[in-house]
Amino acid sequence: MSDTHHDGERRRLLKAMAATGLLAGLEGLLPAYARAGSGAERHLAGAARVAGGKPRSVTKDFHIRREGIGIAGGYAPSAITVNHSIPGPLLELWEGHEARLRVHNHLDESTSIHWHGILLPFQMDGVPGVAFPGIKPGDSFEARFPVRQHGTYWYHSHTGFQEQIGQTGPMVIHPAEPDPIKADRDYVVMLNDWTFEDPARVLAQLKKMSGYYNFSKRTMEDLVEDVARSGWAKTLKDREAWGGMRMNPRGIADVTGHTYSYLINGLHPEANWTGLFTPGERIRLRVINGSAMSYFNVRIPGLAMSVVSTDGQAVEPVETDEFQIGVAETYDIIVEPRENKAYTLMAESMDRSGYACGTLAPRMGMTAAVPELRAQPQRTLVDMGMGRGMMTMGPDKKKGQRLEGDSVALKEAAGPVVAEHGPDHHGAGNATIAKKQRDRLGERGTGLEDVPHRVLTYSQLRNIEPISDKREPTHTVEVHLTGNMSSYMWSFDGVEYSDSKVIDFPYGERVRLIMVNDTMMEHPIHLHGMFMELENGQGEYLPKKHTISVRSGSRVSLLVTAAEPGRWAFHCHFLYHIERGMFRVVRVSNLPGVDDNA
Amino acid sequence: MLKQSWMMTLLLSAGIAGIAQADSHGKASLDSVVPEGPIEPSSGAPLGWKAKPTKDDEIYAFSMIDRLEYGDSEEGQTYLWDAQGWIGNDYNKFWWETEGEGPVGDGAIEASQFEANYAHKIWPFFNLQGGVRYDTNPNPDRGFLMVGLEGLAPYWFVTDMEAYLSEDGDLSASAEFEYNLLLTQRLVLMPRIGIKASAQDEPDYDLGNGITSTEMGLRLRYEIRREFAPYIGVRWNQMYGETKDIAEEMGKSTSTTSFVAGLRVWY
Repeated sequence: MSDTHHDGERRRLLKAMAATGLLAGLEGLLPAYARAGSGAERHLAGAARVAGGKPRSVTKDFHIRREGIGIAGGYAPSAITVNHSIPGPLLELWEGHEARLRVHNHLDESTSIHWHGILLPFQMDGVPGVAFPGIKPGDSFEARFPVRQHGTYWYHSHTGFQEQIGQTGPMVIHPAEPDPIKADRDYVVMLNDWTFEDPARVLAQLKKMSGYYNFSKRTMEDLVEDVARSGWAKTLKDREAWGGMRMNPRGIADVTGHTYSYLINGLHPEANWTGLFTPGERIRLRVINGSAMSYFNVRIPGLAMSVVSTDGQAVEPVETDEFQIGVAETYDIIVEPRENKAYTLMAESMDRSGYACGTLAPRMGMTAAVPELRAQPQRTLVDMGMGRGMMTMGPDKKKGQRLEGDSVALKEAAGPVVAEHGPDHHGAGNATIAKKQRDRLGERGTGLEDVPHRVLTYSQLRNIEPISDKREPTHTVEVHLTGNMSSYMWSFDGVEYSDSKVIDFPYGERVRLIMVNDTMMEHPIHLHGMFMELENGQGEYLPKKHTISVRSGSRVSLLVTAAEPGRWAFHCHFLYHIERGMFRVVRVSNLPGVDDNA
Repeated sequence: MLKQSWMMTLLLSAGIAGIAQADSHGKASLDSVVPEGPIEPSSGAPLGWKAKPTKDDEIYAFSMIDRLEYGDSEEGQTYLWDAQGWIGNDYNKFWWETEGEGPVGDGAIEASQFEANYAHKIWPFFNLQGGVRYDTNPNPDRGFLMVGLEGLAPYWFVTDMEAYLSEDGDLSASAEFEYNLLLTQRLVLMPRIGIKASAQDEPDYDLGNGITSTEMGLRLRYEIRREFAPYIGVRWNQMYGETKDIAEEMGKSTSTTSFVAGLRVWY
């Protein structure tokens, strides 16, 4: 109850401060923890620190409101808060106990909360029109279920654009057994993209002019540079290849830092979220990408990171220096700073139009240098599902030289071709196909190909325990990720949700889910209700994912045991792609005849 | 079955509901997956639920004044408008277009046309259009049926090709191509070419068989916002063949070069 009291205080104070213009200055001066002590900031500090405690069943109330809030150095008059906070409060649950999560809708519109990555009865899953009818204004809904997993997760609205304007929050489930991941400090690092625009307008702008937010297109200057570097012939060949496809190689993100501020635990870089440590401690950072549209590159210059978990599932520790996190994914990392100094936690948006950052420090008020944004990345013809090693031009000269027409070098840079596309081009809603489909799980994420340090790849992820279902799949479903950027259309197999039919998984069977990305951008694909085991060459130790970032021009294969009866949403987790129909329902049932779909 | 419909009622009434459907292992029962009664095919959920997980069939609308421009040439000062817009979903849209011009000062419209059509996305980058056009100036009003192909051609050429059948049975065609050359992220040089042709002599409208006229332009705009871009440029209008001869006989200019300044705005 004291939570609510303090939340209320914080809101009132923020409102008053915003009204007098004090907020930007104050937030800019003081990191969250420095302000701890007054009721107003207590919540921010508490939101990041995982409290833990005695295992117990949890009953928690989530009050969804539309209200003004100070955020990202400004004031948002009509944000959606959970318990007066953005992001919402940290939800801590205990495996083997019960969760009673009560959502109260104080909005004048319908709402919902989806418990992202959680195994539960599908009726509790929080997807309006699929799992339940939604929560009407003034109504409440209780999701009550036994907790049968542990790890780092999150929650968010599954209704309209509510997620974009605040309705997200972190979730940590403590294991029933002693946690094999030992840490002295345990922080949540929740990444969000924030816009002061009406998100419905953002989508409308994309619909009218898909490049609306892209201010890093290739210009005359790039042409001059490319000609100077590679000569007219190669430059024209490159322009011919992209122009012929009517594709923009600088199409990295649909929505960019032009409108987005990037936040860590609700704080923009100037507000500098700070996690304290004592040198020599093991710090666990639970990185959650709760963004609507933004991938991030996460690194802590000067510190090696040990990746110990993804999507709540423990993996064999992988030591690395940087990782890319897709929308809706989570990665837990361990860092062990030994020096008595500050480190910058850098989360650069994949298109490098902005960043979120915070600080790990022994004391409040310390800062370290914030690295410059690196040169914007560029798509390659591998992304386009092209077969030949054509040149890749861009600000990164090394990359251009390496890939340029050199098929041997290309093999090293890009994964092997594993399949070719069939004759179906998926109709007018799909602009390109992945003619040559590659296994790209061993590749670094977009823009990280040539950074001079270690970068996590999907093929490095190895589950800590062997998979429990060792049966050969008896049912295969192949889904193509399709779209047409110029008309801002997104779909599966060229068909939008409204025109689609349910995808049936026969109950109890082992299903192989194959995804081919025919588009020129990566898509974070999320399956509700069941984990997908990523066939990444780790034998019986396949990593389990609730959300998988599928690279452009790639083909991925995942194994799912259809053990959870229900109607489960299956969709791209880019919010504006959901709203364009890149969405399906996977139905796990014992309906007769389902097997015929195989 | 009775139990299930009771539970559905509970869910629909959507107060505190739901746990009744979970079995002791925290999973839903198989019986609860496929509801009784009519089913919505995309979701497998009851047809009666109004909520949808996505609004992918949303209607959008777009209006753009491509050119609202003032021109200055040896023949005098002119104004010109060229606007278009659409409303619809991904595959089916209602399009409208209008353009016209006249001399600055006396206010008379020298030429104007209005077009309304239905556009269907047939290829990833192209719409097939069918509709009507109505010209009000300078000659007697007349209507047309039109078919068109509008879209983005390879190498980023914004393309609009249309064929017309007038109420008098005359066939004609027009084609427009634009290209956006980014000098910087906001400074854009746009070459534009428009060609008009007629399949027969149209003496009442001072048009001859063949290519009747071209309009070429080069405009430099600055996108203060994406939606708001003033520009300056040059426009060259040229008549050809018999159309040119007719114009010469009438003492009209057949080749005009204008310096232009204008505004490109959209919403």
